Amino acid sequence: MREWLARGMPPRHRARGVLALCALVALLALLKGAGWMPRFLDELPQHFETADTGGISHNELLPADLLLDRVFYFLLDDLGLSAVTRFVSRSLKELINIFDNMLLGGGKGFGFDAPPWSALLAVAMVLGYALRGWKLSLLCGGTLLYCALSGLWKFTMQTLALLAAAVPISILIGLLLGILAYKRRAVERALLPVMSVAQTLPHFAYLIPVVVFFGVGHQTGVIATIIFAVPPMVRLTLLGLRKVPPEITEAGKMAGCGNWQLLTRVQLPSARNEILLGVNQVIMQCLAMVVIAAFIGASGLGYRLLHKLQALKIGQSLEIGIAIVLLAVALDGLSRAWAEKKRDYTANLPLLARFKYPLLAVGLAAGALLAARYFPVLDRVPRDLAVSYAATWDALVDWIVINWSDGLDAFRYFLILNILAPLRDALLFMPYIAVLALVGGLGLILGGWYSALLTSGLFAFIALAGWWDRAMITAYMVIFATFICVLIGVPLGIWSALRESRASRALFWCDTFQTFPSFIYILPVIMLFQVNDLSAILAVIVYAIIPAVRYTVEGMRNVPRELHEAVTMAGCGRWQRLVQLELPVALPHIMLGVNQTIMFAFSMVIIAAFVGTIDLGQQIFKALSESNIGKGVVLGLCVSFMALSVDHLVTRWSRERRRLLGMD
Amino acid sequence: MKFMQLNRRNAAACALVCAAFAFGGAPAHAQDCGSKDSIVIPTHNWSSQIVMSHVIGQLFEKIGCNVEYTSTDSQAVYEAVRIGDATIEVEVWEGAFAASFNKALDKGGIIDAGNHAAVTREEWWYPAFVEEHCPGLPDWKALKACAAKFSRPDSGGKGVFVDGPVDWAHDHFVPMIDALELNFVMKNVGGAAALWAELEAAAKKNEPIVLFNWTPNFTDALYGGKFIEFPARTDACIKDASWGVNPKAVRDCGNPADGYLKKAAWHGMPVKWPAAYKALTRVSFTTNQIGTMAVYVDVDEMEHDEAAARWISENEEVWKPWLYAAQ
Repeated sequence: MREWLARGMPPRHRARGVLALCALVALLALLKGAGWMPRFLDELPQHFETADTGGISHNELLPADLLLDRVFYFLLDDLGLSAVTRFVSRSLKELINIFDNMLLGGGKGFGFDAPPWSALLAVAMVLGYALRGWKLSLLCGGTLLYCALSGLWKFTMQTLALLAAAVPISILIGLLLGILAYKRRAVERALLPVMSVAQTLPHFAYLIPVVVFFGVGHQTGVIATIIFAVPPMVRLTLLGLRKVPPEITEAGKMAGCGNWQLLTRVQLPSARNEILLGVNQVIMQCLAMVVIAAFIGASGLGYRLLHKLQALKIGQSLEIGIAIVLLAVALDGLSRAWAEKKRDYTANLPLLARFKYPLLAVGLAAGALLAARYFPVLDRVPRDLAVSYAATWDALVDWIVINWSDGLDAFRYFLILNILAPLRDALLFMPYIAVLALVGGLGLILGGWYSALLTSGLFAFIALAGWWDRAMITAYMVIFATFICVLIGVPLGIWSALRESRASRALFWCDTFQTFPSFIYILPVIMLFQVNDLSAILAVIVYAIIPAVRYTVEGMRNVPRELHEAVTMAGCGRWQRLVQLELPVALPHIMLGVNQTIMFAFSMVIIAAFVGTIDLGQQIFKALSESNIGKGVVLGLCVSFMALSVDHLVTRWSRERRRLLGMD
Repeated sequence: MKFMQLNRRNAAACALVCAAFAFGGAPAHAQDCGSKDSIVIPTHNWSSQIVMSHVIGQLFEKIGCNVEYTSTDSQAVYEAVRIGDATIEVEVWEGAFAASFNKALDKGGIIDAGNHAAVTREEWWYPAFVEEHCPGLPDWKALKACAAKFSRPDSGGKGVFVDGPVDWAHDHFVPMIDALELNFVMKNVGGAAALWAELEAAAKKNEPIVLFNWTPNFTDALYGGKFIEFPARTDACIKDASWGVNPKAVRDCGNPADGYLKKAAWHGMPVKWPAAYKALTRVSFTTNQIGTMAVYVDVDEMEHDEAAARWISENEEVWKPWLYAAQ
């Protein structure tokens, strides 16, 4: 019975199924057009703003926001959870203060003097060399040199202090939860859906509870960062432990390991690769949060960036953005190199050789300390010596705005009037029941009754919670942005994958751009296209196109070489090989890329509320500034549920496809 | 040289520690502040507020207080002050924050620490070059006549008023547009940065624009520009439909042209840091001083704490009475 519920339509009936579904949706739309649609199937009561009171009405059927509010405040006030959270907050603050003191000196801690930048640079370069070699060493050195010379040293160190607190805590929590989930099936079952929601919940939606529970300030930013960084660590720990071959575990047991020994001596070391990949992911996620955490008080590069943006200093923001990207690339390189470093258990080196790198680092740092005494510029780069090329960037943006505007105006008018507005109106016109039928029907076709129930249920929540129209506006922007991303990103990926050197370069740029703070390009986009949905959609496209390119390149690359040989021997030309072999085999992976593009689009469209949209994102920001937990979380869930429905459908399809292709 | 500095710093640190432990021997100012806990000063995302926060923070340090700064949302901050997460708020704008401030006042926990001398204004505004496109400005009737010049592709021929984000709660403007029969629609941007991006682009392209702005602000120095002169705000305008140009509607007038700029504090502050609280109540900046502080950062590219230090060194006669007036 359960299996039957989870089985989709057999592939040969699918075309008919899709056709029938389209007919049904069209029929529902026609019914509404003709005025025969009963009102309760067309739209449910919604929130609306009332200009006179400034408040919102609570006439939705499912007052989820009020319920959540009650739950949160019960926890906070009646159960006295706030005392606990405030204690956590205070302890964390002390911890961060310690790191701050170490990197920046002064403060209320030990009263250290700040280490000169040249000393840290020396240590970083030795670290890079020890872990991988010259290239990484130069990358690390270059990054810190850039930060020192561009006058961003203080902010870089604040960000590093934040990372120094957030990363180990995230790893620890992630590791613990991952192990628990591995040991207890019930924990896993409870954890997985929570993590799915957490990973699709817009950042700004969970900033609200974090602020209410933990207060404002630097440490609250760190807590938000930790919450964001934990899920990938849990997933990868779980994956790593699962992959440990039973033979190894058995061998451990036979050697007489207890449970604890088995875990720490056998299973965790065997899962080392996945766990270290998790560490790498944690670092990347933390850096991705640098700017967003600044909204609730995290200091450092993110705060600086937001402030510069607020004063419309685009060039300076770009400099900060580049610093963040460089930090990400360097830390990514370091953590990867550390993960891939093979430990040589057999070497029996003399003491000096074993500690040559630490000794070298200490020696160089001491040298730098000494040198900084005589050449103060090695200690702090004074601001009048700082190198800035912000003016060049600003001039470039100005030039583009002045010279391109006229041409772009026509483009803008055309897109808004002929494509975007009609698409939006069409989605808003659709009765909610038609949309439920559409997502439910797709679920039925691809994954059976279980999927149908899940997807339509998730959308039904949005309708019942009273945010339908705004959700549809979000959906329309995501749909259009995804369409363009696929249209550009997939061919770009295919083209890159045609040649190996181009493919690795494409992947490198994907990695780099992914950590570039998306807030920066929002402003130039506004200057070119003014505040409207088009600007928001363009900002989404710039960000969400990355996975479309990346997964296409990866998918194409992963087509087994033997198959290439086989079709070449069968006499296929390059073009035939592409169309007949590579694309079909890569398609499931490309579809995962499209799925990621959609996920990215959902996350970015909320950030694009900074442009000025009238969708769910706008209300989330409003909830944030009102500290309105219930409303913010419900809005976040609306976004998350739409994303999860799409994710469910696409991954189902892709998994099945891979099975049919014999790739799993 | 560096070595000397180190020594001096160590000596200072030692002196502080000694002062903290040796009861009677402490320098007079160290006792003044009250509690040794840090006074938490929240900063937001516009320059004058950050510099003013640093000025007040540095003044507090002069009377021996410990101070720390934390960046927060400018609306959420009132809840933070109310529950003591933040200690003070140095710029409470009537137009933008009165609602949040009053809400926190009603709940209890926040106190009004008096007004600045500065008068604030938040209103429809245009940069100077727009007068060429629409002669007769700043009179609102001229704006009404030029509505079409401010239109955009998605505004259906109506003029567009570029407004701040929805959370700035501009509930007055919608009924005002109706009451004055302006052929305008409001376009809410997502944040102040988007507002300036619109302004900058319009200035570059020499396109007419009317947007929400306030004074004192850094745009004063950069773009010139004026507020639209709507019929003056009176109580009658809000309550009595028969008042004003539209006898059938209320709110046929602009925003108040003389809004307050307040300071607020956590209610525990007068007990915990009495001297700092007394000083805070006496702090009063003028519009010019606030503008100057914004210029230090936005035009002269100084850091916030440097700008604050510069203002303090240049305006000793202004702040001395705030700190050391007869108790």
